[in-house]
Amino acid sequence: MQTKDPIVLVEHVNKSFGTNHVLRDFSMAVETGENLVILGKSGSGKSVLIKCIIKLIAADSGKITVLGQDIDALDEDQLNTWRADIGFLFQSNALYDSMTIRENLLFPLRRHWTKEKREKMADQAILEALEDVGLAHTLHMMPAELSGGMRKRVALARALILRPKVILYDEPTTGLDPITGREISQLMIDVQKKYNATSIVISHDLNCINMIANRIIMLIDGKNYASGTFQELEAATDPKIKAFFE
Amino acid sequence: MRNPLILQSAFLQEVGELSRFTARFFRELVKPKQEWEEFINQCFWVGYKTLTLVGITAFIMGLVLTIQSRPTLVEFGAEAMLPAMVAVSLVREIAPVITALICAGKIGSGMGAELGSMRVTEQIDAMEVSGTNPFKYLIVTRVLATTIMVPLLSSVANAISLYGGYLGTNLRGDVSWSLYWFQVFNSLSFGDVVPSLIKTIFFGFAIGIVGCYKGYYSQKGTEGVGRSATTAVIVASLLVFIIDLLVVQITDLLDLT
Ligand SMILES: Nc1ncnc2c1ncn2[C@@H]1O[C@H](COP(=O)(O)OP(=O)(O)OP(=O)(O)O)[C@@H](O)[C@H]1O
Ligand SMILES: [Mg+2]
Repeated sequence: MQTKDPIVLVEHVNKSFGTNHVLRDFSMAVETGENLVILGKSGSGKSVLIKCIIKLIAADSGKITVLGQDIDALDEDQLNTWRADIGFLFQSNALYDSMTIRENLLFPLRRHWTKEKREKMADQAILEALEDVGLAHTLHMMPAELSGGMRKRVALARALILRPKVILYDEPTTGLDPITGREISQLMIDVQKKYNATSIVISHDLNCINMIANRIIMLIDGKNYASGTFQELEAATDPKIKAFFE
Repeated sequence: MRNPLILQSAFLQEVGELSRFTARFFRELVKPKQEWEEFINQCFWVGYKTLTLVGITAFIMGLVLTIQSRPTLVEFGAEAMLPAMVAVSLVREIAPVITALICAGKIGSGMGAELGSMRVTEQIDAMEVSGTNPFKYLIVTRVLATTIMVPLLSSVANAISLYGGYLGTNLRGDVSWSLYWFQVFNSLSFGDVVPSLIKTIFFGFAIGIVGCYKGYYSQKGTEGVGRSATTAVIVASLLVFIIDLLVVQITDLLDLT
């Protein structure tokens, strides 16, 4: 499955927690500009996989290369600089609940922008990011004052504020009504087009998947079990794959 | 009842983890780029959350100690010693320990719960993803804040409790304001004040480290957050007494008084 010049390359990764072997020799390659969806049962290790990609969790073995960088070779400083190019949307949103929405969006800028740049451009960038998700009026609110869908959109704005080249979405539409879910999916497509970003999306939401996916990877038994377009996998006869499309 | 051997090894493991956490604190402390803004914030919070309670408690302690000590001193005909005796007990032991216990209760549990819920809701991971070192941003600032604020609060508690002592002396006796303070300062020596101050620095450090440790490694789930907060208070209070015991032994050995 070697492809030319993948932007994210995962090779033979294993990860276990105690006796719970979550990822078993998992490999995949993601091309620049691709919208890749990872599909798998609850507890199959999807969140663990993308946390390994951004090195929140260290894999037990195997090699992960992102933006041409072997992530094991990075020291702490390089790691933090490298992370500016990667956006991460948490399954639980992970908004800082002691900070306002503005401060939440300012946080990623504090490490990656100089003080002068922040003073000159931060307010503009924050407002723009919030406008992109239609929430400019929430600037001075606290996360607790927002609805679940609004929080998801703020988290999305925060993940995108540095204009990352690779964006990892952990269940961006789960728990939202179908209309908001479609809006978020549309937003993800717009972002991908506008900035030519690469997305890796974890999702169970068939509508969302159908809208955004160029390609789908099935994570079953800790392995890259199958991959293909929505149509290809929907037409598959393997019962393990079929179960997801019913 | 659990096997005492298992309990014992769990205890030792906890001590080991806490020591590792403390070592990491010092490693991160010396790394460049300090988070001054968050540090000032935390100092303010520690003071804001405890100052009133520390003040009231210290005042009552000073007053009550004076009133209760008087009859004994009168019995020995040593009533004039009252300000001196009260000052030494307040400054050497009561004000620092009371301040530390209040801080362990309010700050230790607050940090345990706050960091615990940040851990559980992945906010700490989100900081890491944003290129900020969460240990430096959250832990180093908080531990430094308690290390500096507990001695300050304890000094405030000293002053207020001594003022309580003044009122207590004058409820039944008659000692002028200047005579009272003259006697107080006359009775306090270097060996009373400095070990007491150093002790509060350790109290503050212990409270910060334990509160942060419990929160930072909180178990998943809201139950874990609650447990982080309670155990932070218990362990921090216990450490305060252990440090108190050690410091008194050391000052005794060095014969500082
Ligand atoms: N920090 C951790 N410590 C121990 N076990 C963990 C940890 N994180 C995840 N696991 C385990 O790894 C397995 C995969 O978890 P993961 O969160 O990746 O699932 P998921 O595929 O994202 O599921 P969902 O769709 O429900 O979010 C689970 O069995 C979980 O218990
Ligand atoms: Mg998940």
